[in-house]
Amino acid sequence: MTAALEAIGITRRYDQGGLTVEALRGVTLTIGSGDHAAIVGPSGSGKSTLMHILGGLDRPSSGTLRIGGRDVAALKPDELADVRNRTIGFVFQSFHLLARTTALDNVAMPLVYRGLRGAERRRRAREVLELVGLGHRTGHRPSQLSGGEQQRVAIARALVTEPAVLLADEPTGNLDSVRGGEILDLLDDLNRERGVALVIVTHDAEVAGRARRQIHVKDGLVTEAETVA
Amino acid sequence: MRIAEAFRVAVGALRANTLRSALTMLGVVIGVAAVVILVAIGTGAKVTVERQVQGLGSNLILVVPGQLQFGSAPSASRLRLTDVDEVGRIVGDRNRVAASVASGENVRAGTKQEYATIQGVTETTLAVFSRHLSAGSYLSRSDVDTRRRVAVLGATTAQKLFGARNPVGLQVSIAGVRFRVIGVMSVRGSALGVDQDLDVHIPITTAQRLFATERIDALAVRAPDAAAIGDLGNRIKTDLQDRYSGQEFSAVTQEQILGVLGSILGLLTLVLAAIAGISLLVGGVGVSNIMLVSVRERTREIGLRKAVGARQRDIGIQFLIEAVLLTTVGGCLGIAIGVGVSMAVDALTPLPAIVTWWSGALAFGVSVAVGIIFGVVPARRAGRLDPVVALRTE
Repeated sequence: MTAALEAIGITRRYDQGGLTVEALRGVTLTIGSGDHAAIVGPSGSGKSTLMHILGGLDRPSSGTLRIGGRDVAALKPDELADVRNRTIGFVFQSFHLLARTTALDNVAMPLVYRGLRGAERRRRAREVLELVGLGHRTGHRPSQLSGGEQQRVAIARALVTEPAVLLADEPTGNLDSVRGGEILDLLDDLNRERGVALVIVTHDAEVAGRARRQIHVKDGLVTEAETVA
Repeated sequence: MRIAEAFRVAVGALRANTLRSALTMLGVVIGVAAVVILVAIGTGAKVTVERQVQGLGSNLILVVPGQLQFGSAPSASRLRLTDVDEVGRIVGDRNRVAASVASGENVRAGTKQEYATIQGVTETTLAVFSRHLSAGSYLSRSDVDTRRRVAVLGATTAQKLFGARNPVGLQVSIAGVRFRVIGVMSVRGSALGVDQDLDVHIPITTAQRLFATERIDALAVRAPDAAAIGDLGNRIKTDLQDRYSGQEFSAVTQEQILGVLGSILGLLTLVLAAIAGISLLVGGVGVSNIMLVSVRERTREIGLRKAVGARQRDIGIQFLIEAVLLTTVGGCLGIAIGVGVSMAVDALTPLPAIVTWWSGALAFGVSVAVGIIFGVVPARRAGRLDPVVALRTE
């Protein structure tokens, strides 16, 4: 199995008013393609920092990160943006949908930065909206959708670029248990049927239990347990 | 990102805050409209004055005592009526030389009284200044020689004193002295709101006695052709300076007057445009301000766009287009309003206003430039936002 994401000895330090805070203190882990992993840990453990670095939103202070085999350290900011666009799909706890924009255009948005034409963007966006079960609500704005539906739109937006890895940060954090369960089912299906690697950041043991791998983050270090399915 | 897409996003963002966008735009609208209107009025004034001076005829030389320069009071004239013959000898034709002495006096006819410019003139004045009569006849050589008390009225003076009646043959009194009206001059119209038909012509000899003076104020010469005016002017000037040692004379041509007036009025137009430009600048600062607010409000959107692959440039262009769109639409509205108001000013007030293509083009160009200049800072700030920080913003 080729590695989708590969982190070797990653550290991340922040300067906060002269004080150096070490959020990650040497993390080594590999996410294979088609993998299904949960990053678990209490708040402040560094799991969000880890997700940002794995997704190429942030850069490690030291260590090596390879996204799709490419060393991130050598990339210019614009090249890294392109890598994010082609390789990573983000799903956030608070959805981060554009309020004035329809579900269809929200989903099509990442393709703008790939330089695709409007018609092609919308064709692909409609396809993934069908896939997440929202084919009938493409013209709705986020305010006209329920929380579960909004998160489906966000998942569709993450999928539309056909990424190798889906990074989901507390994807069910703003949803009730029923809607949350449906979203997790959807993510599981996508992982199983489309082979997209799934990394879910969560503090919820139940959510983490559905993943094949549990990566525990504590005090900036990781330990790993494998679920035997 | 394609420009068209950035454009679409910018339109959407501006429409989402219609009132705010409109108010921001208003600053630019007012600035551009002010540039167009003030330049139109400045140009109108310039063109009118130039047309006025050109109306004198291109062959005209005005001889006045003293040096023609702005800021100096005219020196007391030492020119005498005999100089008309002398200058006539230099020109070679006395009929091409006119002399005048002027004073403001009350003119009465019956119970009506008007204030008018009384011009004591030679009989050659009508031809030298290319004026025409609408009734009666003009002053004759013998009127001047025999100091007759006859008067030729300007069109407005005649109308005010006599209404629709033909004043020829009737009496007026000027400064308490009775004159017989022998003619009325044709309408010249008004320039910059000043009526040019408020004058009364009487024989220069009569006027000198009436004003108790021997002087004449100015000489005017109509040169046989335009090519001769420079040389002729110099000869007249030199001759007069020989006769009146120690006294300066100026011989000015229409071209010189046009040159001086043109540069003054051109400068005036530029000053007006610059003042209007300041309001455009203030409008630009408003755009910059609102764009910074917009960047802050949409921090999360910027973070998200970056997360899904937007480059610094993509975000920067998006906000820059938004700023330029604001100022460009504002600029177009400003030009429309400016042209409209200029036309209204021209039609409804004595001020002439001429819209020039360059003021519109300049204002439009400046408003686009203002959008770029004042949009760059917010756009750069947006483009450089750290996506991690931006996404965390609530």
